[in-house]
Amino acid sequence: MEVNVEARRILAVSISKLYASRSQRGGLRLHRSLLLSMVMRSARDIYHSSRESEQPNGEQPATEEPMDTNCDPKEKARLAPDLADTSADMAPGVSDKLDESDCDITEDKENLSPAKQSRKRRGKASAAPDFLPSKRARLEPGEERYAAPVGSCRAGVGDYRSALTLNQVIPAF
Amino acid sequence: GLFTFLGGTPSDVQWCFSQVKGAMDDDVAEADIISTVEFNQSGELLATGDKGGRVVIFQQEPESKNQPLRRGEYNVYSTFQSHEPEFDYLKSLEIEEKINKIRWLPQKNAAHFLLSTNDKTIKLWKISERDKRPEGYNLKEEDGRYKDPSTITALRVPVLTPMDLMVEASPRRVFANAHTYHINSISINSDCETYLSADDLRINLWHQEITDRSFNIVDIKPANMEDLTEVITAAEFHPNQCNTFVYSSSKGTIRLCDMRASALCDKHTKLFEEPEDPNNRSFFSEIISSISDVKFSNNGRYMMTRDYLSVKIWDLCMETRPVETYQVHEYLRSKLCSLYENDCIFDKFECCWNGNDSVVMTGSYNNFFRMFDRGYQQDVTYEASRENSRPRSILKPRKISTGGKRKKDEISVDSLDFSKKIIHTAWHPLDNIIAVATTNNLYIFQDKLN
Repeated sequence: MEVNVEARRILAVSISKLYASRSQRGGLRLHRSLLLSMVMRSARDIYHSSRESEQPNGEQPATEEPMDTNCDPKEKARLAPDLADTSADMAPGVSDKLDESDCDITEDKENLSPAKQSRKRRGKASAAPDFLPSKRARLEPGEERYAAPVGSCRAGVGDYRSALTLNQVIPAF
Repeated sequence: GLFTFLGGTPSDVQWCFSQVKGAMDDDVAEADIISTVEFNQSGELLATGDKGGRVVIFQQEPESKNQPLRRGEYNVYSTFQSHEPEFDYLKSLEIEEKINKIRWLPQKNAAHFLLSTNDKTIKLWKISERDKRPEGYNLKEEDGRYKDPSTITALRVPVLTPMDLMVEASPRRVFANAHTYHINSISINSDCETYLSADDLRINLWHQEITDRSFNIVDIKPANMEDLTEVITAAEFHPNQCNTFVYSSSKGTIRLCDMRASALCDKHTKLFEEPEDPNNRSFFSEIISSISDVKFSNNGRYMMTRDYLSVKIWDLCMETRPVETYQVHEYLRSKLCSLYENDCIFDKFECCWNGNDSVVMTGSYNNFFRMFDRGYQQDVTYEASRENSRPRSILKPRKISTGGKRKKDEISVDSLDFSKKIIHTAWHPLDNIIAVATTNNLYIFQDKLN
């Protein structure tokens, strides 16, 4: 699909711009980083929603939930093979902070710059403290736990603000 | 002067080339790139800042009696290094010396004062003239050495004698260490005592005399930076209400704040926002709706905003939509992807009003700039180029061909030079004189006096 191809290209261009801006004189510009991340978000969402509509079961979730508790298990099964290699061995506390761009383009390694493939180790402060309840979804009877897909990958084009983390995009000031 | 424009339709106004400042070679040194242009309140002085941290001030010569219909030329009055590159050792970041904004203080005495800012530090500069010097000291030689007291037999008072005019620029105040993010705006309050400075997330209020503290009046930094959705892109004080200021955002909204309401103006008094046209939605909708400049009209009843493709005029009494919208270069809408790739989509165009708020002006690509007449609802495109720069030659309106057939003298969209952009423009506050900055040249145009 044309939109799909364009979305992937824009995503790749955005990432290289983000990477290039790190070596800019005067430091990272917050405004520019924010705009780049928004374009990446749009491109990523359109990419995923266009891939979804290509699938036989094109049902989209009505609302977007960061932790995917409302998802159709069939869709989970469909997506899981794509993401299993990236998220299967991730702890629950870390998976929701997974870098979106890494997750989405692991299958597109040629466009990925080497630096971006390294997963940044999260500081202790950002891992979920152990006195908080687990963020894993409560399973309904009969459901199996699949590898948790990253929250907003399957969101519709509309509202995707809540789930995106900008860890890789907005530097910690 | 001010009323010549009211006399006729815009087609009667003929803009002529007056002067061009800057190097003529095509090889542009990065330090020479002009980054801000500003007339002072009388229009007598025109200041430019550049990427190399320098400020150049031009002064208009008085009209000569021999040629009463010709306005005076602008000649260099003062040049000084305002900011130097610095290094933030804590963050391992270089701080650019580029001058982001210059704002003139209203003149109170013989000296002129201006504020100039880079990404992190604002400086108050005093520009003063010296055309006399004291001579004939009683106790000192001409070269400054003290005389032997035993040789002094008479009392003599030094006399001020004329000397060649010297214009001195001295930094009077340095306002530093108040901004974590990059400063994008400074604006002087009509109370003549305070001014604001704005960065991506915060706006600070300063007293012009006090450098060791400022008051934070807007803070939009979220508790968790991952929740960041918008940044401040520009801010300005109302021209005559000293309690009112506006700030624009990367989301295309403008907030008007009243400092009397509370110390921290996080809650706006008014929010100006136009609903997005769903037909125009694209990957780049957010970028092109980001406001790059906001300017109050001189009469204080309107404000103008510039986003990537348009200029909008807002009535301060109406928050729901602008009262006027002017398309600057709508033909670029279908080229946003290429403009994203070559970074042009991030260009932050500025805009300005003429003295009586009847015309607004903004820049574009290919060294084009556009004027929109609000009364007659006419617009015109001109080009700033060396080829059209014979003395007093009349500027010819330019046309861009968007359809299939290109007429003679029209320029096709594909032949536009996107490396030649006019970001900064300024209009003389009282007269039809404009200053337009291309990459490293400053063009001055004026209307033809008959």
